[in-house]
Amino acid sequence: MNTIKMHTISVYVANRPGVLARIAQVFARRGFNIDSLVVSPSIDGRYSRMTIASQGSAEGLEQIILQLGKLVDVMRCVDHATDVAVIREMALVKLRVDTEQRTEALQICEHFAAKTVDLTEKSMIVMITGNSEKLDACINMLRKFEVVELVRTGKVVMARGDEET
Amino acid sequence: MSEAKMTGGEALVRCLENAGVQYIFGLPGGAALPMFDALVGSKIKLILARHEQGAAHMADGYARATGKPGVVLATSGPGATNTITGILTAHMDSVPMVVLTGQTISSMIGKDAFQEADVFGTTMPLVKHSYLIKSTNEIPRVLREAFYIASTGRPGPVLIDIPKDYSSGLFTGDLYPEMDLPGYNPGTGEPDENVVMQIASALSKSRRPLILAGHGALLADANEVLLALAEKLKAPVTTTLLGKGVFPESHPLALGMLGMHGTAYANKAVVECDLILSVGSRYDDRIIGKASMFCRNAVRIHIDIDAAEFGRMIKCDYYCKGDARKVLDMLLPQVGELKTEEWLQTLDGYKERYPLNYKKRGGLKMQHILDVLSEMTKGQAIIVTDVGQHQMWAAQFCKTEHPHTWLSSGGAGTMGYGFPAAVGAYLGNPKRQVWAVVGDGGFQMTMCELATACVNKVPVKVLVLNNRYLGMVRQWQTLFYDDRKSGVDLDGSPDFAKLAESFPGGKGLTLKRAADIRKVLQKAMDYNEGPCVIDALVEKTDNLFPMIPPGAAVEDMIIEEPRANHKLEKPTGST
Ligand SMILES: Cc1cc2nc3c(=O)[nH]c(=O)nc-3n(C[C@H](O)[C@H](O)[C@H](O)COP(=O)(O)OP(=O)(O)OC[C@H]3O[C@@H](n4cnc5c(N)ncnc54)[C@H](O)[C@@H]3O)c2cc1C
Ligand SMILES: Cc1ncc(C[n+]2csc(CCOP(=O)(O)OP(=O)(O)O)c2C)c(N)n1
Ligand SMILES: [Mg+2]
Repeated sequence: MNTIKMHTISVYVANRPGVLARIAQVFARRGFNIDSLVVSPSIDGRYSRMTIASQGSAEGLEQIILQLGKLVDVMRCVDHATDVAVIREMALVKLRVDTEQRTEALQICEHFAAKTVDLTEKSMIVMITGNSEKLDACINMLRKFEVVELVRTGKVVMARGDEET
Repeated sequence: MSEAKMTGGEALVRCLENAGVQYIFGLPGGAALPMFDALVGSKIKLILARHEQGAAHMADGYARATGKPGVVLATSGPGATNTITGILTAHMDSVPMVVLTGQTISSMIGKDAFQEADVFGTTMPLVKHSYLIKSTNEIPRVLREAFYIASTGRPGPVLIDIPKDYSSGLFTGDLYPEMDLPGYNPGTGEPDENVVMQIASALSKSRRPLILAGHGALLADANEVLLALAEKLKAPVTTTLLGKGVFPESHPLALGMLGMHGTAYANKAVVECDLILSVGSRYDDRIIGKASMFCRNAVRIHIDIDAAEFGRMIKCDYYCKGDARKVLDMLLPQVGELKTEEWLQTLDGYKERYPLNYKKRGGLKMQHILDVLSEMTKGQAIIVTDVGQHQMWAAQFCKTEHPHTWLSSGGAGTMGYGFPAAVGAYLGNPKRQVWAVVGDGGFQMTMCELATACVNKVPVKVLVLNNRYLGMVRQWQTLFYDDRKSGVDLDGSPDFAKLAESFPGGKGLTLKRAADIRKVLQKAMDYNEGPCVIDALVEKTDNLFPMIPPGAAVEDMIIEEPRANHKLEKPTGST
């Protein structure tokens, strides 16, 4: 009935002060945690695109989406299912690896089509893009080295084909 | 003054005048000075309240009595925060209101400047929308948008926070700008005809239908089509607390209010109906009781302008989004008379068996006074209530016949609402007599507005139903906490009649005996120079029934006072 699921919600908003606070309040008031949030200007500079990842009961999220849609500064709000949308994320992982470990690390990177974007005698930064499961898998493998820092962008979503995001 | 030399404050007042604003309810302070200055010589009348909460409730009462947005003006910091209870009250009950607050100058915002409060942030969860002004020239556009948002779709309060440098700055913009609201959809589009046809078809199969009319039906001015629909179907009508007035309670099809303290027959109808048609009610927890049990074997229909209400409290079989009047206009020609004779007979039987009653002998009873008040005012007066036992008894005994003549704080249940709201209601609709029915507790929260009523010669009649208790809470302690009274004794209250007399133009009366009810009420009706307060010393510990304990099913309604040794379970619902 009330199964907890991850949702990726795209919100198209007017670029105005207070918009983010209003949206965050809709989640917080109902006890929903925001797992990730990406805000960026859209192609039309008057609007921004937000992608919000959150988990919770379908029922609770339905309420949240209806409430978000009511906000005067929100143009559109859609909960995207994975099969009809492209959902991607990027992560940067800083590893402490000496020259001896480097080859193995690079092999793992190659497998996941990750790139090294910085390299020193003692460390490297790996950039990986893809869906969240792929990122999780890659990061898990890289844990056998010392992970010094990890930064993930959070999900961005775009509807496939003619669908509007 | 030439338009070229206008300040932002003057532009603001000009726009308010153009929007047809009659009254502004407020109280000044440093950050609001340019706006108050601009009101000098304006055709808008400033009603100076004694407390900003009072100003906000007056604006609310004005709005509920007229259907037009009420306007509040307060200064920054404490002035603005004092309006918050009023904003919550309006927000919970979908009342159109525009609240203007002064703010410190823009360069000082965020520095804990004198009387600075983040009012834009603080009020965010309590408003329909809000603005922090960013330039003098945008004031007219924002104001226009604010009135539009407050009064269209599902109404609500809109707040505009105005830094003092923008209200005092030179205005060089356009007084009639276009609105810029690409994301706002009031939801007033045409209803879905297919859904309306499905509802008509569901209705045609019903033998025990029940129409539940709420505040949304009032807001939509759907009273006439609702009456036509009920009479055509031969279907009984119950209303929520806030729907009172949308259907004449003297009508044979009227069942009065349903819910926690509704009539026994309305609640019996809820239990036994085979179809419930909600028109502009949000199925509040005070009417559904235990959600999983509510009308569980009936076809459930929900008509509302706000789709976010659908499925929120209970699941329904049909949802129809749209303005209540538009939906009913579409539905009316699609339905015919239903075979409801048996059903109406059953309900008439309940009306006879479980009437609203009380003992006329013994001490002075709230019910008795309200019964006489209803009889004397014949549904022609505006009745405004505060919150507590007196409110519920007024809802039961004061028969409401016309829209916008019953005003009460429902969703927030704000004590202190009644008297200032009555002042606002009178200013909005001075043709009707206005009664504020208040408790001794709630009245003391905003009775300072007696001064406002006196200065403005507002002849509101204030019926203080004085039981020397926070009665509603005392009742819960009696019923559910073994009568262990905690924090409910109102010892130390003033003589309300004497208090009223101490205001210039105020009148005070005292009512002690049942035999005097009619005489004292008549005296109050005859006094029209200013407010008249009746201090009615009623029985201290009378309990209010029927009652559905919070969280219990409607089936578990307690119709009469349980015997003294009968102990009730502590309620499971919240409030
Ligand atoms: C002490 C106390 C006891 C109470 N006991 C009871 C009780 O026994 N019974 C009772 O009924 N209430 C009771 N209440 C009040 C209760 O808490 C609710 O406030 C009330 O039931 C809500 O009524 P409503 O849904 O009609 O109005 P609102 O809460 O104002 O909701 C209006 C609904 O109409 C919709 N709407 C608005 N405009 C339109 C339109 N143009 N077209 C269509 N829909 C529209 C809105 O979206 C909303 O869903 C009590 C309150 C207090 C303080
Ligand atoms: C501002 C506020 N504080 C507290 C309450 C909780 N409350 C609900 S009814 C009530 C008692 C009201 O007492 P009174 O005004 O004397 O009315 P009575 O119930 O005695 O008729 C209280 C304290 C409230 N509704 N509002
Ligand atoms: Mg009392």
